[in-house]
Amino acid sequence: MADTELHPTPSLDVEGLRADFPILARPVHGKRLVYLDNAATTQKPVQVLEAIDRYYRESNANIHRSAHWLAEQATRLYEDARIDVARFLNAREAAEIVFTRGCTESINLVAHGFASERLGPGDEIVVSWLEHHSNIVPWQLACQRSGATLRVVPIDDRGDIVLEELAAAIGERTRLVAISAMSNALGTITPLDEVIRLAHARDVPVLVDAAQAAPHLPLDVQALDCDFLAFSAHKMYGPTGIGALYAKRSLLEALPPYQGGGEMIASVTFERTTYAEIPHRFEAGTPNIAGVVGFGAAVRYLSAIDRDALAAHEDALVAYATERLDAIPGLRIVGRARRKAAVVSFVSELAHPHDIGTILDRDGVAIRTGHHCAQPIMDRYGIPATARASFGLYNGRDDVDALADGLAGVARIFG
Amino acid sequence: MSELQDLYQEVILDHNRTPRNFGSLEGPHREADGHNPLCGDRLRVFLRVTGDQIEALRFVGSGCAISKASASLMTDALKGRSTAEALRLVETFTAMITSAPDTPVPDGIGKLAALAGVREFPVRVKCATLAWHTFKAALDASSEAAGEVTTE
Repeated sequence: MADTELHPTPSLDVEGLRADFPILARPVHGKRLVYLDNAATTQKPVQVLEAIDRYYRESNANIHRSAHWLAEQATRLYEDARIDVARFLNAREAAEIVFTRGCTESINLVAHGFASERLGPGDEIVVSWLEHHSNIVPWQLACQRSGATLRVVPIDDRGDIVLEELAAAIGERTRLVAISAMSNALGTITPLDEVIRLAHARDVPVLVDAAQAAPHLPLDVQALDCDFLAFSAHKMYGPTGIGALYAKRSLLEALPPYQGGGEMIASVTFERTTYAEIPHRFEAGTPNIAGVVGFGAAVRYLSAIDRDALAAHEDALVAYATERLDAIPGLRIVGRARRKAAVVSFVSELAHPHDIGTILDRDGVAIRTGHHCAQPIMDRYGIPATARASFGLYNGRDDVDALADGLAGVARIFG
Repeated sequence: MSELQDLYQEVILDHNRTPRNFGSLEGPHREADGHNPLCGDRLRVFLRVTGDQIEALRFVGSGCAISKASASLMTDALKGRSTAEALRLVETFTAMITSAPDTPVPDGIGKLAALAGVREFPVRVKCATLAWHTFKAALDASSEAAGEVTTE
């Protein structure tokens, strides 16, 4: 990050952090586990595991209803986690945080609301070429339902969004810009400040897909002035099946209910139902309470780490991995954006990504291979797939060395 | 390292490097597309059946070493056979590749035995079977309409 280059940053105690993650002590194929698939999902620290376990052992009850003591406990844990998440994003108030099943559901919630109330034939939604399928398909569905059109802003060869094209794409009929803060396939950090400035200059709201950015980049929704922000707990050291949508109060209040059921109502008769206030209006049914408790623990875990030191550490890892991989004959890194975080995607002349993944796995090195749910990016580079190493706070230079050494094994078999 | 050596045997690496019967087929033929969305493997299998005999069998596409070698070995193994024989071999091969790793490899499958190492790598089985599923789809396809299969 630009700021961290100006100030001396405290170093990250990687060994100490590793000790928080029990799974990292588990050997794979007789080797030390080198987990480099963090962009798919991160491992969970003992603080998160214990919070979930403790919830079920000591506080389990349904929330927001019964008058008994346990229900009060559970409700407080649930709503405290909402405050933790709001703080994590620097939201104005906890009511601007809706718990969802994950980033995908958060985006679908907004897309559903837009399709039913804000979009019509001729209207446009603008996305970028960098998007994960989860920030493409909900908008395609919304467009199909409403007659609106999806416009796609291209990226250049480095993997950066072409800002002039973005400016040109936002027009009279643009109803929303939906953009990733960080590409899961290439690691590109998008210039959110400029994107939001361009969109707001034309009174167009912006939804930020922060699934990848959340564990790596500080997110301040007030400083960004984004209108919606979606992310998942499991990519930031929390449990699977839980995530959040941030939305400005006025926008959240204007969205129609997403699902109907218990929890989301104020009163129900067969003639008429009135809905609960935000955010509960969007949380139909008994929620994933344990997941929310784990999410809160993950947010607190990450917030307790010096984020500048973490960013500097992960940037140094990307730089070191780039240096080591660039030195391997026949290997080509895909995506060299001006600003990148935590992801190195690559292809090899010698072997297909899938073969690379299998060979590395036998060394205990876990990477992702495939299209990374971002097929348009693969098409943009004319490749069917890449191998991707993605870093988390417990990764060190030794992990990059294991990756590079494993790639030498690929050359031994396929060279 | 030994399981990796079983997987990437010289026969596999050779057919991956220089796939046999690679390219499209001119003239009347049937074809089908095979797609493994998980890893992006794409194959197109072309065949010409004269009477009851598979007279020509070719493929194009891109994919991992296992999917390419399997497609190449398949074209060699099925070309010239009767359709009934070919379908029997498809069954034998599919049963072999999805069997437990320590199951004996059936007799009479020739070079296809080289693919038995895939059994130690369950996530790679789909790579090895893609061409075979696609072959069956091509056989079922009429000459007008191309079929499509996916591993998902």
